[in-house]
Amino acid sequence: MDIARLDLRKMWTPALLLIALALFATLPLYASRYLVILLTSIAMYVVLTGSWAIFSGPTGYISLAPAAFFGLGIYTSAVLGRTSPLPAVILVAGLASFLVALFVGALTLRLKGIYFAMFTFGLVELIKYFLLWYEVEFTGTRGRFVVVVDNTTIYYVMFIILATLLLTAYLIRRSRFGMALQSIGECEEAAAHIGVNVNLLKTVTFAISAIFIGMAGAIMATRWTYVDPYIAFNPLFSFMPVLMAIFGGIGRFGGPILGAVVFAYLEETLITRFPYYYMLLFGIVLIIAVVYLPNGLVGLAQILQKRISERRHAHTGR
Amino acid sequence: MPILEGEGVTKYFGGLAAVSRVDFHVEQGEIVGLIGPNGAGKTTLFNLISGALTPSAGVIRFQGREITGLKPHRICKMGLARTFQSVKVFPNMPVFENVLLGALFGKPDGVSVAHAAEEATALLEFVGLSAVRSTPAKDLTLVNQKRLELARALATRPQLLLLDELMAGLNPTEVGQAMELVARIRDQGITIFMIEHVMKAIMSICDRIIVLHHGVKIAEGTPQEVATSKTVIEVYLGE
Ligand SMILES: Nc1ncnc2c1ncn2[C@@H]1O[C@H](COP(=O)(O)OP(=O)(O)OP(=O)(O)O)[C@@H](O)[C@H]1O
Ligand SMILES: [Mg+2]
Repeated sequence: MDIARLDLRKMWTPALLLIALALFATLPLYASRYLVILLTSIAMYVVLTGSWAIFSGPTGYISLAPAAFFGLGIYTSAVLGRTSPLPAVILVAGLASFLVALFVGALTLRLKGIYFAMFTFGLVELIKYFLLWYEVEFTGTRGRFVVVVDNTTIYYVMFIILATLLLTAYLIRRSRFGMALQSIGECEEAAAHIGVNVNLLKTVTFAISAIFIGMAGAIMATRWTYVDPYIAFNPLFSFMPVLMAIFGGIGRFGGPILGAVVFAYLEETLITRFPYYYMLLFGIVLIIAVVYLPNGLVGLAQILQKRISERRHAHTGR
Repeated sequence: MPILEGEGVTKYFGGLAAVSRVDFHVEQGEIVGLIGPNGAGKTTLFNLISGALTPSAGVIRFQGREITGLKPHRICKMGLARTFQSVKVFPNMPVFENVLLGALFGKPDGVSVAHAAEEATALLEFVGLSAVRSTPAKDLTLVNQKRLELARALATRPQLLLLDELMAGLNPTEVGQAMELVARIRDQGITIFMIEHVMKAIMSICDRIIVLHHGVKIAEGTPQEVATSKTVIEVYLGE
């Protein structure tokens, strides 16, 4: 009985997503250049936040590694972009992020709580300074030029990455592994004692989530034309996904997605309208969200829904 | 061959020997009790057996195979399940999913979700939780959370079940029901090794009892023998 009800609720999101996908696929045919660029930026943040949420959402392990994988993608693009076709560059970036995440995850996912968060953040700095050292020592350069790709192509690639991510997230959540990931977040020791290979599951999920971040980095790099380690491994790309997820509500997968869309849209508009103090406005919005919306936008929606249905009950009660 | 045996099992926490050179064995089909004063090392011994902790020294064998230091999920899949003294359910997941997870992941071979769901439903019936199957586990009473843990452990289809103070915090009626449940589990052919402070329960239900004190095994025998043992009486009265 409750399985049927759950399925119905799960059907909602994919149905809406399909309609949205059809819309977005045709968009560059009639939309303005500005809108295409804006949507690409929003999609990028949704990819970052959604990938982050695949792993950190159910398990509760706060990863600050996204900037590391994003940067790896950017550098893959910078190094291979001249010699390889774009799809190959994107795939290699995803694979490189996957492998690094697998290695790092196997080493660090035994760490709990704040230690894991700190180590993953250390990873960003580690790779950044390694690259700086390498470039000074061996290539004698600082920074690289990236092959430029036109905006429509970037848009399409980003949306293919986004669609693949959403499909992957959906399949994971529906599967037994999604349930097991949640059990790790609820009580890891008990999960291990009923047969869940917790370290393997955490590591593989962490690595899968890194694929999309790496691919997003690879395609975004083509928009920036010039990158150096400071640009590529900007810690902002680690904090943004966490903030956006909190803003939207971590509990359900829709939360981080919604959070990323609204947050990214706000950022883009605030930057153009108030270039000097947009960060301040941004901070204020965030503080209000954290203080007044402990369960994020999704939590707010649930509260409103409850109010409305209560009012309806009150009416029929009379 | 005993289903479970330990030789010289030892665990140090810093300088403290929480479990010290303990030899023990549990035979197929038995209900064995593990008793001792607070801090005797009972839970620590269970943690060493289930893989939650790695022994500092000693060997543990399950069905003749050494399991010392194996990961908990491996030990579980071999057929050894447990419950926890401080209840460890998955609080925000529905009761049914708690048990379903055990049925899905606890066995050596993969099972279909449909089959696991059937098993979980049957086990909820067995422990008397069918009515609350959709309730988040955190909303259950303590006694029901303990039953849930029991069902979840059984869902992994164990040969041996470790119960850590299943009856602590229950009222006399609930203790009676829990004892009946334990007896029925044994009748299904599952061997039971249980820690218990409720003396009436342990004395009436166990075939054999092991007594720990300061990490050392100080007595072992039938409930009769243990209850009349001088050392055991001294330890308990000396408290
Ligand atoms: N993880 C740990 N780290 C450090 N010391 C521990 C740890 N677990 C247990 N101890 C210590 O080991 C000793 C034995 O504890 P244990 O929990 O095994 O006792 P117990 O027999 O189960 O007691 P109780 O009847 O109160 O449950 C205690 O002194 C306890 O403080
Ligand atoms: Mg104990």
